[in-house]
Amino acid sequence: MSGRVLVGVKRVIDYAVKIRVKPDNSGVVTDGVKHSMNPFCEIAVEEAVKMKEKKLIKEVVAVSCGPQQAQETIRTALAMGADRGIHVEVSGKDFDLLGPLQVSKIMAALAKKEDAQLIILGKQAIDGDCNQTGQMTAALLDWPQGTFASEVSLEGDKVKVVREIDGGLETIRINTPAVLTADLRLNTPRYATLPNIMKAKKKKIEKVKPADLGLDMTSRLEVLRVDEPPQRLAGVKVETVADLVAKLRETGRL
Amino acid sequence: MKGCDAWFHHVTPLGRQAGNVKTCACAVYHRGALRTVMRRMSSAHRCIRALQTAQGEHAAPPLYATLNRRACSSVSTPRITTHYTIHSRDKDPRWEGIEMERFADEADVVIVGGGPAGLSAAIRLKQLANEHEKELRVCLVEKASQIGAHTLSGACLEPSALNELFPDWKERGAPLNTPVTEDVFSILTEKHRIPVPILPGLPMGNHGNYIVRLGNFVRWLGEQAEELGVELYPGYAAAEVLFHEDGSVKGIATNDVGIAKDGSPKDVFERGMELHAKVTMFGEGCHGHLAKQLYKQFNLRENCEPQTYAIGLKEVWTIDEKKWRPGRAEHSVGWPLNRHTYGGSFLYHLNEGEPLVALGFVGLDYSNPYLSPFREFQRWKHHPFSIPKLTFPGGLLIGCSPGFMNVPKIKGTHTAMKSGMLAAEAVFPKVTAESPESETAGLHAPEYADSLKNSWVWKELHSVRNIRPSFHNYFGLYGGMAYTGVFYWIFRGKEPWTLKHCGLDADQLKPAKDCTPIEYPKPDGKLSFDLLSSVALSGTNHEGDQPAHLTLKSDSVPVQRNLAIYDGPEQRFCPAGVYEYVPLETGDGMRLQINAQNCVHCKTCDIKDPSQNINWVVPEGGGGPAYNGL
Repeated sequence: MSGRVLVGVKRVIDYAVKIRVKPDNSGVVTDGVKHSMNPFCEIAVEEAVKMKEKKLIKEVVAVSCGPQQAQETIRTALAMGADRGIHVEVSGKDFDLLGPLQVSKIMAALAKKEDAQLIILGKQAIDGDCNQTGQMTAALLDWPQGTFASEVSLEGDKVKVVREIDGGLETIRINTPAVLTADLRLNTPRYATLPNIMKAKKKKIEKVKPADLGLDMTSRLEVLRVDEPPQRLAGVKVETVADLVAKLRETGRL
Repeated sequence: MKGCDAWFHHVTPLGRQAGNVKTCACAVYHRGALRTVMRRMSSAHRCIRALQTAQGEHAAPPLYATLNRRACSSVSTPRITTHYTIHSRDKDPRWEGIEMERFADEADVVIVGGGPAGLSAAIRLKQLANEHEKELRVCLVEKASQIGAHTLSGACLEPSALNELFPDWKERGAPLNTPVTEDVFSILTEKHRIPVPILPGLPMGNHGNYIVRLGNFVRWLGEQAEELGVELYPGYAAAEVLFHEDGSVKGIATNDVGIAKDGSPKDVFERGMELHAKVTMFGEGCHGHLAKQLYKQFNLRENCEPQTYAIGLKEVWTIDEKKWRPGRAEHSVGWPLNRHTYGGSFLYHLNEGEPLVALGFVGLDYSNPYLSPFREFQRWKHHPFSIPKLTFPGGLLIGCSPGFMNVPKIKGTHTAMKSGMLAAEAVFPKVTAESPESETAGLHAPEYADSLKNSWVWKELHSVRNIRPSFHNYFGLYGGMAYTGVFYWIFRGKEPWTLKHCGLDADQLKPAKDCTPIEYPKPDGKLSFDLLSSVALSGTNHEGDQPAHLTLKSDSVPVQRNLAIYDGPEQRFCPAGVYEYVPLETGDGMRLQINAQNCVHCKTCDIKDPSQNINWVVPEGGGGPAYNGL
């Protein structure tokens, strides 16, 4: 086994920022807005680095797809302990149309190129909320998948994954190579401290283009419109239960 | 050990006198127990670490030492402050055995703060280095997650300093897109607007200036700095000043991360990093918290007036194209403030593609504790000649931190930038000298203060020094305007006298019983908005599980003094709703609740607290507002 783990990291609008829709409803305002690494991707990086610290794997490679600024996100991953980075350059119109299918094609191609033993991704990104990339990547590679992982343990050439599912927890054992997606309770990501950021500057980030990997980035989806959720109307306070029933009848709910 | 632990958690620092003996005894017992445990652990490593823990906490400057008060009390005040600057970690059992050593790195110059002053200083240093073909490592730390995210200003930029820094700024794409074409000044009454003519020569004239989004301008400066090779580290706050043994400044340390809300270490705890430098420049902006410490340490405010401040609140609106007049700058004074409260408004029409208007309201030091300036804000400093001593061994102060704002012009960016540039020029020969002749390990550059005094910054500030204090008279606003109109226009600041301020802003508040509460109209959701939704717009956020960075020297003063005498003014002057007086769970009495996550880093509480009990320290780097081009 190569002992190499690929971790996907995505640069998204910071979770605390108030999102604004562009006046022409074509998308969301991103210019100059504060961005950071997708929280689930942070958890994925942390898990990979923990495996390396336990000497279960040899190398952690952080991958991000996007324009020039995606390098900042890769640097953060390097500061957290990844060994090197791969920046897949996608910008402009191609970037606006970049979705889970295109990213999974990229991850699959890189996994083959880098001879990866594991791919660890966040379960979903907080901007798209698609929750598809991990699953699609596994399908394209015909690898087993351990999604919504809240606990991961490497056992030789197999992986035991405890998954968070609707009914509770499910434990599975899958062969490697495999794709894992990280859920919230998998770990607590470490801070990227300043000395590590400084050291990360010396680590390598390789630049590739999707075309170099022989990939077609055309999207089969077209965004028609982006709208804000409807304004929440003020509620009405009622004094008695009788009033409540009357109001419910009035609005046709009873 | 467990019993001691529990005791520590219930201690509330109340008065200095009571219970000291008890405290000492407990502390001694505790340390003794620590050592016994260490010996049993037996490894030399642990001992060394314990010793390092004891002395690893920096040689605390006098300010912190006085804050380390431990006393018992008989009245129970719920413990509010958990920050280690108030409750030291070296006696805290939860910190026993935690690795406290810090990684250290050396640079030639370290700059605290990535605003106009800090960035101009960094750029100038690198320009000089390139000119003279010398190697120079310049590191800049900034608490915002990205350069410009904590920048907020009107802003009407006078390009004088920029012209000196980058004569080719236009070709480099500096975002100065809106030259001022129209200048309007008026006095507002509740229903009317009285226009006031701006005679040429009066400081309010804006010919030749540009309306800019300062956040975008600062971001552009950051890009220029990076191109020149400055090492920028946004997201890392300077939390501590480091000193050589001879007392000179050695550099700074960034904030520790991974401390839980109750002050204990989390799994992800990591010490901050030390950045050592030959000279450290402090450009923290208004009322910087490290600058506050330096004033005390080096007695920099010995011979100057106390600083007086203003808080600015700003919103950017997209308006109807028909009403949009790009290049128009409007200022007003008067309503809704009364004549004894200094303040006014600005409204700038930007020309950047879409019809955008920047409007803001500036309220200043006031005596009515019921007054509440809120919404997005900025901090402007007013201080005709409240400039402190600017240099000390190992460092100096630049920008809005010492404060070079031209009050009547309401402009400080150009002077802040110039101060940064002059600092760079003064420091450069010293840091690149082969063998620096210095009495202290940290280099001293008093030439900076001299060159500032001989520059246009000083001339400008000197000429307007009397305008702000002239408002402290019976006629208030009108007296001040009359003074400006007459004396400034005629004498241009050459009058031989210098008026004084009234003293600290915090001392201006009158007790609540002497003042009338102000009835504020409810926000209508169209033009006016409530405080919390405005705070949400600022995008401010902090890691929730960290000690509150609004620290109280004494946890009981808020209820006993601020609430009792002044009706809790912090509930009103904080523009972000951080402070709330809520009823105690037991039902009788109130307690102060600090919602530290809302903080927008304006420092108003540190400035205006009548008891001067609130000490703002820097939270984990990256926290705070996320302004986008404001």
